[in-house]
Amino acid sequence: MMTFIRKNMKAILLVSLVGLNFCVAAWGGDAAGVATTTDKKNTIEIKDFAFNPPTLKVKAGEKITWINHDEEPHTVVSVGKKFQKSSALDTDQEFTITAGAPGAYEYFCSVHPKMTGTIVVEQ
Amino acid sequence: MSDYISHDHEQEHDGIDRRGFLKCMAWAGTGVLWTISGGVVVSKTLAQIAKAGVSLPAATDLSFLQISDSHIGFNKEANKDVTETFKIALDRINAMPTPPSFLIHTGDITQLSKPEEFDTFDQLVQSCRTKDVFYVPGEHDVLNDGGKMYRDRYLKKVEAKGSGWYSFNKNGVHFIGLVNVLDLQAGGLGQLGDDQLEWLEDDVKGLGADTPIVVFAHIPLWAVYPQWGWGTSDSERALSYLKRFGSVTVLNGHIHQVLQKIEGNVTFHTAMSTAFPQAAPGAAASPGPMKVPAEKLRSMLGLTSVQYKQGSSSLAVVDSNLS
Repeated sequence: MMTFIRKNMKAILLVSLVGLNFCVAAWGGDAAGVATTTDKKNTIEIKDFAFNPPTLKVKAGEKITWINHDEEPHTVVSVGKKFQKSSALDTDQEFTITAGAPGAYEYFCSVHPKMTGTIVVEQ
Repeated sequence: MSDYISHDHEQEHDGIDRRGFLKCMAWAGTGVLWTISGGVVVSKTLAQIAKAGVSLPAATDLSFLQISDSHIGFNKEANKDVTETFKIALDRINAMPTPPSFLIHTGDITQLSKPEEFDTFDQLVQSCRTKDVFYVPGEHDVLNDGGKMYRDRYLKKVEAKGSGWYSFNKNGVHFIGLVNVLDLQAGGLGQLGDDQLEWLEDDVKGLGADTPIVVFAHIPLWAVYPQWGWGTSDSERALSYLKRFGSVTVLNGHIHQVLQKIEGNVTFHTAMSTAFPQAAPGAAASPGPMKVPAEKLRSMLGLTSVQYKQGSSSLAVVDSNLS
């Protein structure tokens, strides 16, 4: 089982109200959280139909953000549905999740399945 | 004129093997520059085709048009007004003295599967004199709901099976619409899936080998460039069910440029987009919208006309651009 990381509900409301363009899901998928600032350390850039870096190491509880720089929509979908998938990210849109239980998590773009990546969550 | 590439398939099969045909292919910036031994390569516009019927069957029994990759909602540098270029494509169709019997749209109606994008398309396509349109989805049409909205809008009247596949007959030609943009697997290509393949095998079982077959789907059903995902992982199996037929024409979109390959009795053909071009396979860092000088854009957008004369061995496929 994944660790469930609870978010501050007030922060969710506030950020939703100001209309930030973040698509967010907590690892485990049963509650949404919002990244108020992008943690540059754990950002995966989507560019030229590739996830960069293709493998990202994070600590459990850290936020991970994907940002799409292509003029083509992309998605972030966990192989085996181990974390909640993103909706289609248009240009400059972001998707943030919080890392759960340690392990290696493969993901891909369901629109362009040649695009694959891995998140390694460490204790 | 050199932007128009077409090929009249009326010639007899000349026994060139697969390798021979592959040798005939050559990539070029605006599409494929290709010659087939014994074939006829001609260049013409839709208006010229309609006016003169030059080097096409004198009396055509069936003519239809393929449009593809409208990407309504796209508004980036590669084409800030895809609605306008789609309108131009419709104007071209409406200007044909003899309208095509029907249209086939090979996917990516929208950029982001938004209801308002579909609405805009539906409104525009109503201005087309040809009312009968057959659809297959592109991956941009099924982004968030597994294709439910698409099926509700475009596949009800054809009583599509499964995730949206179907077949129909027109003038003795058997048409098959396939879906290869759903349930894609990590690391893979376009995919038809077992259920659809079993249906296909069954669908063509009772047909005589002399029935001309037209297959249409969004992602190419041949390995155009797998590195960019331009292919369908289980297309070989689909084609194995069609091997016994004397004439098979496969019409695809997705890659926004004209490419053609002939393999035995099967002609594979991809259409231009009405929205924006993409680079030739491997000619850029990645696929995706390609910026070209404004004055060149419309020469790289277009549509495909297909003509069939009963009793002839195959269909004539003619591309024309919007410039």
